[in-house]
Formats: sequence, structure tokens, C-alpha cells
Amino acid sequence: MLELYGETLSSRLLLGTAQYPSPAIMADAVRASGCEVVTVSLRREMAGNRTGGRFWELIRELGVRVLPNTAGCHSVKEAVTTAQMARELFGTDWIKLEVIGNHDTLQPDVFGLVEAARILSDDGFRVFPYTTDDLVVGERLLEAGCGVLMPWCAPIGSARGPINVDGLRAMRGAFHDIPLIVDAGLGRPSHAAMVMELGFDAVLLNTAVAKAGDPVAMAEAFGGAVEAGRKAFLAGPLEPRDMAVPSTPVIGKAVFE
Amino acid sequence: MKLTVNGEVREVTSTTLAALLDELDYAPDFLATARNGEIVPAAERSRCALKDGDRIEILSPMQGG
Repeated sequence: MLELYGETLSSRLLLGTAQYPSPAIMADAVRASGCEVVTVSLRREMAGNRTGGRFWELIRELGVRVLPNTAGCHSVKEAVTTAQMARELFGTDWIKLEVIGNHDTLQPDVFGLVEAARILSDDGFRVFPYTTDDLVVGERLLEAGCGVLMPWCAPIGSARGPINVDGLRAMRGAFHDIPLIVDAGLGRPSHAAMVMELGFDAVLLNTAVAKAGDPVAMAEAFGGAVEAGRKAFLAGPLEPRDMAVPSTPVIGKAVFE
Repeated sequence: MKLTVNGEVREVTSTTLAALLDELDYAPDFLATARNGEIVPAAERSRCALKDGDRIEILSPMQGG
């Protein structure tokens, strides 16, 4: 079982709720994936509209835990205020902390991230920081009060899959007793299975499901891949070898010459 | 007085944040509010006195990744 800030979860897939063809397809995808945590956000509400209320009712009907994000925030101040507003709106002290540092890559501003993580942790938040695979940054985030780390494996929405497998391995090795969730950059179920086989505790994804030809089927596929990858990790995968090793025993083989 | 509400300049008569939400036809549930970059919790909106030039943000839940 996965434990995040004292909460026990049986699914190791966290799913985003944005970019689906319709709210109904989003809801079906969440159910098909088996996920127990979805990410949500908050934005300016138009006067006279109840768009946000309708969305929130739909999420509540799904019976899943929500992880609000600070997506789009580029400064510590913005991220902290957004987190405080999210806590009131969604009634949770969980926050996916994003402090974006670069418009093109949506790379986290890790300096602002650490600062915001410290402010929010001191204020009672349970911070899920969207970070890079930098080990020193990871250490600083833990010192700031984080109990979970969420490294990217490629830029948000890029669907490239793990582009620095050695970095992810090093991170797993360095933080062996901290829950690590690969957040951002996963494109296919095989990518999710791969990082789970490396020993990551969970994955968080959105675009790869929401923008698939059939989001509901893809959600189910990712759910299966995450489970398979976890089982494989626990089973102890064989390490690659340089030379062939016969799988069929050669002892006792007949000689016909 | 003139306020900036969600990035738009508005001429309003309300003197508190709670009254402003009413004046602008917002349903008060499912909203989070901030004034000049600081959160104003729902319970404090009726005591939150507005001043000319204040920047108000009115947010609600939406889809996120």
C-alpha cells in the first residue's frame, strides 16, 4: 500500500482532470483508471457563472481525494496565496506545489519551490513539490518540510517518457524511504511501467490520458501498467547483461555428428 | 469606487467584499477570494472593507493536472 502523509492508498496512479473532451469522459476515465487521487486547480470565476461549482460537484461524486495544484504560478507569493485559497476551497491541506521557472520548458524554479515549500509546510500544508531529479534540491525540499517528492521525467505534456533514467535511479537510491512520485512527461503506459519498475512509488499524469484517442481506455491501460510495474519491481527484475545466456539448458543435448 | 476584479476595472458601490460578491452576482459558495494578493477567507468577507484601487481575485474550482 502507498502511504502519503499518513493516508493509505491502494492505487499508485494519480490522475489529472484537465483537457478531457468532456466532463463525463473525465469522470469515466477516473473510474476506469482505478485512481484514488485526482489533481484539481482554481481559476478566476466569471460573475454569474457557477462553472467551478458544477465541476466540484462532479469531482465529489467520484469519491476520490483531491490534490489541488498551484499550476501557472511563477512566484513564491503567487504560489503561496494560491495554495491558501485552494486549502479553503477544497478543504484539504494537500497541495501540489508548482513554481514555474521557464515558459518554454515549464521547468520548476527550484529556488522559489524550496522557499514556497518551507512557508507552506510551516503553515501546516502537506506539500507535494513538482521538482526536477536534482538530488540537492530534493534534500532541500525535505529539509523544508516535504514528506513526498515529485520529480518530472520530461517536460509537462511532452509525452516523451523518462529522458534521464540514470537521474531517476539516483533519486530512488538517494531517497529510499521517501515516497517518490513521477510527475509530468509520461506519454505511454510503458513509460509508467518503466518508472514503477525502477521503484518509484507512484505516477501522476494527465495529458497522456486526456489527449489519447480514447481517454477512458487509456486510463485503464495506465492503471494496469502502474500495477504491472509495481509488481515487477517487488519481484526483482533481472539486470541487463552484455552477452547472450542460453535459457534452454545445454546439458544433455543430443549429439548427431 | 473603482476596483480591479479578476483583472478587469469595475465601478462598484459595495464597501465590503461580501457585498461586492452579491453586487456582481456571484454565488458565495465554491469561491475563494483574495484582496491585494492576500487571501480573504469566506468568514472574513463581511468584515473586509474595500478601498478604491483594491485588486480583488475571485476564484473557483477547475480542472487541473
